[in-house]
Parts: sequence; C-alpha cells; structure tokens
Amino acid sequence: MSLSPEHAHSLNAQPPGLGTDAAHKAYQVVGLRFHYHSKSREDATWVLDGLTFDVDAGEILGIVGPNGSGKTSLLKLLAKVLRPHAGDMALFGRDLGTMSQVEVARTVAFVPQESPQVFSFTVMETVLMGRYPHHHGAGWSAGFGWESAEDVSIAEQAMQSTDLTHLAGRSVMDLSGGERQRCMIARALAQAPQVLLLDEPTAFLDIQHQIEICAIVRRLKEERGLTVVLVSHDLNLASQYCDRILMLKAGALFCLGPPHDVIDADVLRAVYGCDVLIDRHPESGVPRVTMPSYISTKNGRGHL
Amino acid sequence: MAPLVVVSVALLLTCLQFGTQWIGLTQIIDIVGQALREGTVESEHIGTTGVILIQVRLPRVLLGFLVGACLASVGVVLQALLRNPLADPYVLGVSSGAALGVALAILLGVGTTVVAFSVLPLCGFAGGLLSLVVVYRMAVSYGRLPIHALLLAGVILNAIFSAMIMFVTSIMEPNRSVGTMTWLMGTLTAPSYPTLAILACYLLGGLFLLLKQARRLNVLTLGEESARSLGIDTEHVKRVIYVLSALITGAVVSVSGMIGFVGMVIPHAVRFLLGADHRLLLPASACIGGMYLVIADTLARTLLTPTEIPVGIVTALAGGPFFIYLLVWRKDRFA
Repeated sequence: MSLSPEHAHSLNAQPPGLGTDAAHKAYQVVGLRFHYHSKSREDATWVLDGLTFDVDAGEILGIVGPNGSGKTSLLKLLAKVLRPHAGDMALFGRDLGTMSQVEVARTVAFVPQESPQVFSFTVMETVLMGRYPHHHGAGWSAGFGWESAEDVSIAEQAMQSTDLTHLAGRSVMDLSGGERQRCMIARALAQAPQVLLLDEPTAFLDIQHQIEICAIVRRLKEERGLTVVLVSHDLNLASQYCDRILMLKAGALFCLGPPHDVIDADVLRAVYGCDVLIDRHPESGVPRVTMPSYISTKNGRGHL
Repeated sequence: MAPLVVVSVALLLTCLQFGTQWIGLTQIIDIVGQALREGTVESEHIGTTGVILIQVRLPRVLLGFLVGACLASVGVVLQALLRNPLADPYVLGVSSGAALGVALAILLGVGTTVVAFSVLPLCGFAGGLLSLVVVYRMAVSYGRLPIHALLLAGVILNAIFSAMIMFVTSIMEPNRSVGTMTWLMGTLTAPSYPTLAILACYLLGGLFLLLKQARRLNVLTLGEESARSLGIDTEHVKRVIYVLSALITGAVVSVSGMIGFVGMVIPHAVRFLLGADHRLLLPASACIGGMYLVIADTLARTLLTPTEIPVGIVTALAGGPFFIYLLVWRKDRFA
C-alpha cells in the first residue's frame, strides 16, 4: 500500500451513504458512555458520560484533563480496544461498532503508554509486527506466514520516519526510553494507518526526546496527512503541538477548541481547581502555563 | 531448521548406543536393517541385543524426544502468553495439576483398564487446565500479570497439589503406590509401538496447532491491548493456547510424570541463540528440547547402572540452578 498523503486522502474520500461532511471527519462521536466492569450495575460509575465530538481528518487533537478524567479510556475506545456501553462512533463515516478489529487495525494504529519488553525481539521484528492486520486471512499463512518484501520496505520506511534505521538489528530490550517509544511509533506506522492514537507519548522522557517525538508527530501529520489523537498531561506540549485540544473533566467534555481557547486560566481553574499563570510562548504565541511562584515560598505547601 | 533435524537424528543414534549393554553404531544399523528385512521384531530373528535395541531402547529414546519437544514448546507458548520468561508448566503447577488428575484416575482404577491410554491423558488435561485457570486468576490484577504474583501462585498451587497427590498415593495399595511414586518423579519407560504411535499423532498434532499461532504469539508479546489494536482476538488466542497447553501437558505427564524445568531452560537457550521470533523459536525449541531430554534420560539410565535415576531428578538438578541464576542475576530483564 502506498503511503503518500494523496493516496490516504483518496481512501478517506468516499464513505457511501453519508453526508459530504463525513469525508472530512476522521471520527464522529455521539453520546459516548463507558464504564469498567463492576459487581452491580447500580455501582457502576461512568468513566465517560455522554461525549459528543468530532475529529477532523489530518488534525492533531490533544486530549487533556486531570488524573482519572477518562483520557486513556477514551483513546482505547477510539482504537476499539474497549467497547462503549452506549453511543455511536464513526470512523471516516463507517460505523466503528460494526467494523471488525482487523478492519479498524488497517486504519487506526494505537500506541499505549507502556509496552512490555520481556523478549529480545529486534527493532525490525517489532516494527514488522505492525504488518499483521494486512495479512489477516484464513488458513496456514495467517498464523505463520513470513513477511513479504513489500512489508519489509514499508517497515524500513517507518523506521526511517522515526530515525531508527541504524538500530534495526538491535534488541528492543537494549533501547533507551526515547528509542523504545520511537520503535512503538514505527510499529504503528507499519500498519499504514490514517489515524495514529498515542497515549502519553512523552511520559518519562527527557526534554530532548520529548522534542524529538513531537517533531516526528508533526512531520507525520504534514508528510503523510495522518490524523493524530494524543493523550497528554503536559499542557504546554498540547498547547504547542496540537491543532485542537479536548479538555475532559470527570468523564465529560468540558471544552474543545484551539489552544488559545482551552488553555485559559478560568478553564484550568474550573477543571483542575488551582490557579496557574498563563502567558504567551515567545516564538509561536500559543498560551503557556506556568506554576505560580508562591508555592515555593510557602515551603512547598501551596494548593497545587 | 534443517541442520537441527540432522543434529537431532545424529544425537538419537548416539544415545541409542549407551545403556547397560553397549551397542555400537554398526550393530544398530545391522539390527535395524535385519528387522526391516524380516519385518518382525521377535528375538529369534534379531537376537537378544536386537530386542533390547528395538523393543526397549528405541521406543524409550523416541518417547523422550517427544516428551522433551512438548515440554519445551509448552514452555515457549506459556512464556509468550504470560509475557514472562520464567513461565514453565512445572513451575506454574500445570504439571502437578495434571499429575493429580492422573493419580486420582489410577486410584479409582480407571488406569488399569484397556482404555487406560485414552483416559489418563484426559484426566491429566482436566487437572492441567484447572491449574492454569486458577494460577491465572490468582496472579492477574488490573489486566497485568506481575511476575512475583505469578510465581507465588504457582508455588501455592504446587504445594496444595503435591499434598493431595501424596494423600492419594498414601491410600493406594502398596504395590501400586510404589509404581505411582516412581512415575511421579518423572520416568520414561519404553512404550509399546502402537501406544507410541497414538501418542505421537496426538502430541505432534498439538504442536502443529501451536505453531499455527506463532505469528499471533509474536504480536501478543507487545501486550494484550496492543495486540487487540492490531486486530487479534486476544481472548480467543488465549483460550486456544491454554487448552492446547493443558492437553499437551496432560498427555505428557500421564506417560512420563513430572519432568521439570525443560520448558524454562530450553526456550531461554534457544532465544539466546536464534532470537525471539516464535515462527523459528517454537520448532527449534521443540527440536532442542527433545534432544535435551534424550541426553538427560541417557544419563539417567547409565550413570548408576544397573540402577536408574528418574529423569525428572536429572532435569530438576540441571534446571533448578539455572532458574536461580535467572532469578538472581538476570531479574533486571523481566522484573
């Protein structure tokens, strides 16, 4: 499969039987409700309660919110790793609920926050695992078959995009945190997806690797026309790299819009319950969040 | 794979020479040739040495290879599924669960009937599956399988099952309980050829079905959520692997008792040599596991001739220290 943006776009272009609007929407989510299994039905608290929003094709959408507000659950629902209890989700105009897991996997790639690394697969082998959904079929080859030359070239391209080519033969267990995260993104790219879902892609990384990952994400959006949905705790990162930000509070959508609407002192006070300073980024002018200085003068006992 | 098969055959031939009586390679070829020409394995045609070779030593070596191959393969798939390089049917209590099933069947007298062959592996299967389910349920927390919880669950289950097996053995008739004890320690005894053939079909079939999951196993090592996002029905694959593992372990335990640590030592060594890709790891582990057990059994039969050591003791003495080594010096790799 070609990876050019034109090709990706032509695939998005025609969802039969739906409004023209659907073509430009990666996701259309209406009335989404979800909770984890609980002993009694009455006990169940909704992790996500009645979310309605769209994700535009080709945008970077950041999902932010306090701990436990349902960010990761929402991302897993978009990947169809979890199933919703109510609501409708459409992926490029097709009903996500009726699509098979393999069909979803050919369009959507999901990178969880942590991936266990207990076996010494090489980087190349790990990236090639991303080709699995394109080989799904009945019979012997589905479970055993080796990758084709095309798979290898797609994997090589994915490693090039994430600057991993020189590490192809290295065991994933010997990689640093940043290299490991890039390896997981490369595996996702090998799926040749149109949507990339990233859960805390910069968690536990130092500033150099954070910048690296963000630059890769930005480049993928521009070069391949990828739609990216990422979950982050880092409001400044979201502000700087996302086209739009979705703010969750206790499982409900608090607000959704461009960074300068969402990263706002009043919004943050309402959602996080604390006061922060907001100014402008010196280069790009996007909002920048700073912790107030008085917490350090009170022996670190501010209400942050 | 081809070199491995050649080495396996060479090793089988080498090990056939050892025993209470030394049988040289040329003699082996002579006897096998004669048996094939005559189309019989009776002593008047091939002599006493021929009977020892064809009716005792050869089936035992073949059985050893089969058992070793199965234990190593089950070790590989359990490790992939539990994302834990220390998993092994023996350590996790699957073997003792299977052994309890078989011991109960022997106590109740099912094992003495003609249908014994078909019933004992099934009892082993039931016991093995039960322990897999219990270990998994005990160890899982919030969708994760912490290594310590898993090992602890295996230890607890092993302790309970061992107590029950000892109880079952203690209330058996004395002559039967001696046989059961020897079997429990892990012993290979020469099976008849029809038994060996049925067992081989059953076990090789199981290994083939495991091999079909090889690529999915690769993806599953990324974690269940990643695997699901790549289009794998993880629950289905897990069920298939658990049932196949319990079926294979049950059958193996019913013929050879509790032979430990093969499923942990071999996959480790093979991963180190050939990498982690299950499409290669699984068949290579089967081959090398088979060879390993044949060597261990050759040692067990010859070290203290004319007495035999149960082969389970040999593998435990070799595998136990390896387990300690992994746990103490390599834990950074999987903690």
